[in-house]
Amino acid sequence: MQKPVSAWRATLLSFIILAVFLGAWELSLQGAGQGAGPAMDPEYAALLGQAAASGGQTPMPKPSEIGHRLFQLLSDPFYIRGPNDQGIGIQVAYSLGRVLLGFGIAALIAIPLGFVIGMSPLLNAALNPFIQVLRPVSPLAWMPLALFTIQDSSISAVFVIFICSIWPMLLNTAFGVSAVRREWLNVARTLEAGTWRTAFRVILPAAAPTILTGMRISIGIAWLVIVAAEMLVGGTGIGYWVWNQWNNLSIADICIAILMIGLVGLALDRLLGLLARAVAWQE
Amino acid sequence: MSKPYVSVEGISRKFPGLTVFDNVWFGVNRGEFVCLVGHSGCGKTTILNILAGLDAPSGGVVLADGREISGPSLERAVIFQGHALMPWLTAEQNVAFALGCKHKGWDAGRLRDAARRALEKVGLGAALAKKPSELSGGMKQRVGIARAFAVEPKMMLMDEPFSALDALTRGALQEEVSRLVTEAGQTAFMITHDVDEAILLADRILLMTNGPMARVAEVVINTLPKPRVRATLHHQPGYHELRDHIMDFLITRSRTLAGIPPGDYDPRHPPEVSPAG
Ligand SMILES: Nc1ncnc2c1ncn2[C@@H]1O[C@H](COP(=O)(O)OP(=O)(O)OP(=O)(O)O)[C@@H](O)[C@H]1O
Ligand SMILES: [Mg+2]
Repeated sequence: MQKPVSAWRATLLSFIILAVFLGAWELSLQGAGQGAGPAMDPEYAALLGQAAASGGQTPMPKPSEIGHRLFQLLSDPFYIRGPNDQGIGIQVAYSLGRVLLGFGIAALIAIPLGFVIGMSPLLNAALNPFIQVLRPVSPLAWMPLALFTIQDSSISAVFVIFICSIWPMLLNTAFGVSAVRREWLNVARTLEAGTWRTAFRVILPAAAPTILTGMRISIGIAWLVIVAAEMLVGGTGIGYWVWNQWNNLSIADICIAILMIGLVGLALDRLLGLLARAVAWQE
Repeated sequence: MSKPYVSVEGISRKFPGLTVFDNVWFGVNRGEFVCLVGHSGCGKTTILNILAGLDAPSGGVVLADGREISGPSLERAVIFQGHALMPWLTAEQNVAFALGCKHKGWDAGRLRDAARRALEKVGLGAALAKKPSELSGGMKQRVGIARAFAVEPKMMLMDEPFSALDALTRGALQEEVSRLVTEAGQTAFMITHDVDEAILLADRILLMTNGPMARVAEVVINTLPKPRVRATLHHQPGYHELRDHIMDFLITRSRTLAGIPPGDYDPRHPPEVSPAG
């Protein structure tokens, strides 16, 4: 058995680890970067694009430089200067909007459908092969098909989010509903509760923790996938922004984007965690 | 002759490769308390589920109030063995849920007040806002009892309601249930493994042989005067004869009588005995 740890000691240790990490990073780059860059691999040069052709910039920024840049970006996160130059806040908002839209539509379909599948062993058996085949497909594999049929890059990204977040919610809802204890259903039956009352007052609360787990997995996957999807379709969003900064060889901006993506992902997960806590029950 | 409230007429229940029981007949009169005693696996729960309408017989019919039972009904409430409370609801909400099923037009305030009264009746006035996980086993079963009685059914069906409780709590709850059933003039049917519980509560005790092909071997009439109190029950004349008779049945005769019935056995009228005189 592990002993419980006090929160402030863990926090203190976290800060020490962060300080050591950033300090080592800063020191290791001290004095470096002034000399000419190493001879460049031609394939790597191709990936770098035009910015690299002009070449010779510092390959890796120091934490202090990143911090300075972060301050710059966050002091005006929502500016719009033309379609290709928008603040980081705007970009994150675009990504969040797509994720919430795709995830929301997926939830609206997956939860009722999962409910029906969970209640009907026949439907469960009939739909299972389709789900099993479609679920392991990488969401990005849908992208060309989406672009071809929808003919709109932004909606295609939403579709990819939809398709990747539907499966965990569908499967968890179906499982949660089918696993509702027989005795609660019997209570509802002896009380002549009726289909709707049983569905909303017994099955839904009983399965809610399992459904919420599915939603939490889904939103995590959706946030992972949006970055890749936006790199592909371009235009707006934090994924596009990362790719753009890579083309500009702004490594500091890329580090900041990684931090932002992590923090937003954490916030989304916490939000769903709070919801899960609200519907949790204990026997 | 008045018709019994519940009349079990020649029911059987078959699972693939297993006939749990076949051609079972008995009746439960209005206001009567009947206990069903038998060994594990003989089909007691199956019979209770059929009476509740949760399961259907493979053959035969069960009449309640003269009409064939085709499904569960608010007229026949069930007190489940494992309390079966919904863990996401408080004690009060559990009872209010049942009340809301019966009285579709009541608003939340009225349901809450009625649920409170039902819980106060079983001595849980202080635990209204507690979730089942915060209640002891006895308190949980009390909520289950309050929930069943709150809908004012005509009949109470109980499947070993106290078997998971300690002796002291069990005694208290037996008296509770006995009082509530009597107050409401309800008909009651209870499955039990506890011989004393059967003697305390039942007017008649049905003894079931071991399965498969279980049958009601005997109907024991409990002639001990009412009201019976647990503390003094074993001092009543006739108590030991009654108890010994049921124990003998459970220990040996439930086994020796299993299978082919004796020649003079009439499944419609199993022999009635009153060992207490
Ligand atoms: N759904 C089912 N499918 C197959 N067999 C079943 C099913 N339900 C019950 N049985 C069988 O029917 C028989 C009677 O079961 P039942 O639960 O009625 O017994 P019981 O008398 O209530 O036993 P206990 O005292 O242990 O509760 C058992 O042999 C059981 O295995
Ligand atoms: Mg049983």
